[in-house]
Amino acid sequence: MDKGFRFFPDQASSVAGDVDLLYFFLVAVSVFFACLIFFLIYLFAVKYRRKSEDDIPKEIEGLLKLEILWSVIPLILVMFVFVWGATLYFDSYTPPKNASEIYVVGKQWMWHIQHPTGQREINELHIPVGQPIKLTMATEDVIHSFFVPAFRLKKDVVPGRYTTMWFEAIKAGEYHLFCAEYCGTKHSQMIGKVVAMEPADYQNWLSGGAASEPMEVTGEKKFQQLACHTCHTDNANARGPSLVGVFGKDVELEGGVKVVVDEEYIRESILTPNAKVAAGYKPVMPTFKGQLTEAGLLQITAYIKSLSKDGSK
Amino acid sequence: MSTAVFKHRADQQAEDNGHTKNYLNAGFSAKSWLLTVDHKRIAILYLISITTMFLLGGIFALVIRLELLTPAGDMLQSETYNKMFTMHGVVMVFFFLIPATPAVFGNFLLPLMIGAKDLAFPRLNLLSWYVFTFGALLGVTAIVFGGVDTGWTFYTPYSSTYANSNVILAALGAFFAGFASILTGLNFIVTIHKMRAPGLTWFRMPLFVWAHYATSIIQVLGTPVVAITIILVALERLFKIGIFDPALGGDPILFQHLFWFYSHPAVYIMILPAMGVISEVICCFARKKIFGYNFIAFSSLAIAMFGFLVWGHHMYTSGQSVYASLVFSVLTFLVAIPSAIKTFNWTATLYKGSISYDAPMIYAIGFLGLFTIGGLTGVFLATLAVDVHVHDTYFVVAHFHYIMVGGAIMGYMAAMHFWWPKITGRLYPEGWARFSALVIFIGFNLTFFPQFIVGYLGMPRRYHAYPEEFQIWNVLSTAGATILGVGYAIPVVYFIWSLRYGAKASANPWKAKGLEWEKADSPPIAHNFEETPVVTEEAYAYEPKRG
Amino acid sequence: MSAKNAALQHHFEDLGQQYESSQLGMWAFLVQEILFFGGLFLGYLVYRSSYPEAFKIGSSLLDVKLGGINTAVLIASSLTMALAVYWAQKGDKKKIILFLTLTLILGSTFLGIKVVEYSHKWHHGLVPGEMFAYSGPLADQVRIFYSFYFAMTGMHALHMIIGAGLIVWLMVKAARGRFTAEYSTPVEMFGLYWHFVDIVWIYLFPLLYLIGRS
Ligand code: HEA
Ligand code: HEA
Ligand code: HEC
Ligand code: CUA
Ligand SMILES: [Cu+2]
Repeated sequence: MDKGFRFFPDQASSVAGDVDLLYFFLVAVSVFFACLIFFLIYLFAVKYRRKSEDDIPKEIEGLLKLEILWSVIPLILVMFVFVWGATLYFDSYTPPKNASEIYVVGKQWMWHIQHPTGQREINELHIPVGQPIKLTMATEDVIHSFFVPAFRLKKDVVPGRYTTMWFEAIKAGEYHLFCAEYCGTKHSQMIGKVVAMEPADYQNWLSGGAASEPMEVTGEKKFQQLACHTCHTDNANARGPSLVGVFGKDVELEGGVKVVVDEEYIRESILTPNAKVAAGYKPVMPTFKGQLTEAGLLQITAYIKSLSKDGSK
Repeated sequence: MSTAVFKHRADQQAEDNGHTKNYLNAGFSAKSWLLTVDHKRIAILYLISITTMFLLGGIFALVIRLELLTPAGDMLQSETYNKMFTMHGVVMVFFFLIPATPAVFGNFLLPLMIGAKDLAFPRLNLLSWYVFTFGALLGVTAIVFGGVDTGWTFYTPYSSTYANSNVILAALGAFFAGFASILTGLNFIVTIHKMRAPGLTWFRMPLFVWAHYATSIIQVLGTPVVAITIILVALERLFKIGIFDPALGGDPILFQHLFWFYSHPAVYIMILPAMGVISEVICCFARKKIFGYNFIAFSSLAIAMFGFLVWGHHMYTSGQSVYASLVFSVLTFLVAIPSAIKTFNWTATLYKGSISYDAPMIYAIGFLGLFTIGGLTGVFLATLAVDVHVHDTYFVVAHFHYIMVGGAIMGYMAAMHFWWPKITGRLYPEGWARFSALVIFIGFNLTFFPQFIVGYLGMPRRYHAYPEEFQIWNVLSTAGATILGVGYAIPVVYFIWSLRYGAKASANPWKAKGLEWEKADSPPIAHNFEETPVVTEEAYAYEPKRG
Repeated sequence: MSAKNAALQHHFEDLGQQYESSQLGMWAFLVQEILFFGGLFLGYLVYRSSYPEAFKIGSSLLDVKLGGINTAVLIASSLTMALAVYWAQKGDKKKIILFLTLTLILGSTFLGIKVVEYSHKWHHGLVPGEMFAYSGPLADQVRIFYSFYFAMTGMHALHMIIGAGLIVWLMVKAARGRFTAEYSTPVEMFGLYWHFVDIVWIYLFPLLYLIGRS
């Protein structure tokens, strides 16, 4: 993040190079067509200057062959670009299996970040180089957008749902983090930095600072505080279904439809429990809307997820 | 043929036109203007309204650029800055560029070009001006009472729940301007269908008329959707109805879909009429029939139709489904092709022409260059992976200014210079006109080219302060904007000057083809033609047919 | 050229051209209206598919009987309007006024019933906003149903009110004998508008009142 004069941003993520390559291809195509057109205009302008006031040139109707030529060539080119761009987009939207998760909550006007291990940061995100990272993002208020130019990636953070993005840093350094979606008065101050560290440094960073409580532990505490456990016991005739081992599995709803239990489903179950009712249960679960912040929701979610990890309870 | 007879008669009339009656001296009272149903006078009313709005929007732009001269947001409060770009965008889009070419030149020229006495619904036309002006006044009221700070896109839930500025007033202003736009479009459609002079078949129409036909279709089909959306946002603010408020179960992204369903086609409302102008100007100053008439005519329609299917390209990062993005991307590429066809045909028209470089032509050539750059960078944005990076950065800002300022306004300026003699009966000082075209061209590029670079570097738009390393590009941009401002001020001065001191224009100073030049006076009489013209040839028949 | 008629405006060649222009203009206007309501219908469909249960609950709280009566009233008014157009084409002043009056009465009846319905909703706290008092299951989503209910029927009612105003204007013109066998365009064009507004209701009624009822 040196402050000098520059033409081009850092390439710090695994996709940055690919995006730039496509970008340069587009630049080349554009320069070619722009120059072609400028050149022709210049050429004609000079060559066919009006010689005398009553000079009237011959009529030319048009030429079908030419029309086809200059429709089809750009068409082929743009379809090529489409496929290229789409493949890259697809890749940059599907996180690899081994990605480690970090949770982000946007709020007018700051970024609030929680690591599963418990570290919390404001407007800073520390990550190890060479490790895919998946962000699960939520916002307390309006739409924000998580933008790291050096990674060539951004994703809007939308109220009422989770969005995700993933990346892998390939170069240690500090990079700009911007909020790219206009979100009110201090939109331009909703900035921070991403600190990519060599794995060893990252380990140091993790173990440094105040000992922190893993997210799932905080989540478990919330689970007790809000008395979720009174209904969600593992008891067969509990009022609510057991949450052990449900994450990532299908659950059958009243009416026979099946849905996967993912972050979004858990969120909905807590905030609008009656929208999708698990088969065999009564819609008795009250809504917890207003009692949980986005961060709290994510903690409970982390706890419920931990119930499905191998070996845990 | 009968055309020859007319050609000379029109010239003759123009020579002693100091005494003849025309639409301008048909009445001088305020009432004769404010209650006029003459399309030509209504065009002038619109001209005054939108020029005022342009200067207002331009002043906001200069304030924006001044703030961005330094990285620290030290000139304005961030809240004030946010209001500046919002009002700049709202004023420029809804109160200037959308009505600009259609409501001024479309209004003035359509009946003349197709040999009609007026538009089909003259009173509706006047109504549209009043509705527009009322909308613009609402907009100005919103500004006077503290402004709006939502961005011209009014994204929910910020606009509906969080912003505490005059959202409703500004949105209603846009609503009324939109309503005026619908009325104009409706009037044009009917006029083009039903009022053409004898012999003027569809494929003899000037391309300017085709372009306005396509524009009108978008106005009629697109605008109502944004109208109802605006109403819903206002209701949301007033009554918390929950449709766009996620806290109440609503979906904020739905707003984006509805907004762009109109606002993407709206960008073609802004460019198509300018494209129509370019076709006229290039043919006239190359003295040549347009190359590929049918292709240009149909590409306008294609743009109007396919333009409705691509709105999602503004939402690649919004969390819409990946598959939706794929579809929107491929359609966006397709909609770029008709523009490519037009550009190539215009260039080919110059081939073996007899080209002269009067001011309108210089503006038209400026259009070709800048529209090409703007359009090609649109292709960057259509590309999924690239847009993820440049979305909501200055790259996008540069893209749309290249098309809207470099393209649409260049086209509008070409029209101003081309038809000014017809509208006012006066010539402007040619030297100054060429000079200002050059100043505008240079200032424009200096303002907006650096924004491509700083955009790819990652500078987000709507930022009131920014990291230092972006400064150099911003300084260049601000310098350019200053030059650009001067460039726009010069024509304002010489056009006004020419009203009094300009040389009298003949009926056809450019020796152009087209009914408005060949069969109507400069300025035209109140009902346009002495007698209904009959058309016997195709458009742009510069080369006289033998035999 | 046909003989100049008082109704011929200066910029048209003949009445035929003028009539065709009005007709095309009216159709274009109606297309515009379709898209205007289309935005609302689209929003409605999106939410209905997201919250099917809530929409059923919301719908079941509406008064089908009043809605049904209103549907009948509107269909009847379409008939009287069609008759008004028929007599306008014949140039029969008395009959035009008679049928326009009937249409106006039916339209007002519709609006009157709508007012009754709205006030019921108000008393039951079903008007979205601060007053919203429904607290059964899925309250937020039911509120969204009601937002659409009021937005859609409200926009429809607004069109009816404008229509009623136009009927009065037509009646005045008719009384002055403006409509003749040659020239009855305004009545005809208004007829198209009125039928359009009726058709909108024909869609609104099942979508709002009848879903989830069998
Ligand atoms: C008049 C206005 C106008 C016009 C005509 C266009 C035309 C185009 N626009 Fe642009 N656009 C805007 C105004 C306009 N745009 C605005 C205002 C925004 C931002 C809104 C906001 O967020 O505030 C925007 C944003 C915008 C985006 C979203 C960016 C983002 O927010 O991330 C995209 C993405 O696809 C896009 C694409 C295009 C394309 C492909 C065209 C095409 O139609 C261009 C076609 C033209 C050409 C291609 C050039 C000529 C052809 C040749 C020289 C031949 C060679 C061609 C090829 C090889 C292809 N535009
Ligand atoms: C038609 C549309 C249009 C036009 C013509 C312009 C014209 C200009 N725009 Fe505009 N701009 C938009 C549409 C337009 N813009 C939109 C839609 C946005 C997005 C808003 C948003 O994010 O919500 C935007 C945003 C935008 C930004 C980004 C702000 C941000 O994201 O933070 C910037 C920054 O440089 C900018 C600059 C300019 C400049 C320098 C001009 C110049 O071309 C202006 C030149 C004109 C003048 C300088 C006036 C000349 C006249 C005089 C000098 C006469 C003097 C006065 C009197 C007689 C009283 N614009
Ligand atoms: C009054 C009893 C009760 C309380 C308290 C309660 N729940 Fe539930 N919960 C239920 C019932 C019953 C269901 C199944 C029916 C349904 O989906 O609404 C359920 C379903 C769920 C589900 C969906 C699981 C599945 O398999 O479909 C999740 C997740 C959940 N609850 C989480 C929580 C959390 C977190 C809390 C506390 C903040 C909580 N619940 C408090 C009764 C309760
Ligand atoms: Cu948060 Cu912009
Ligand atoms: Cu677009």
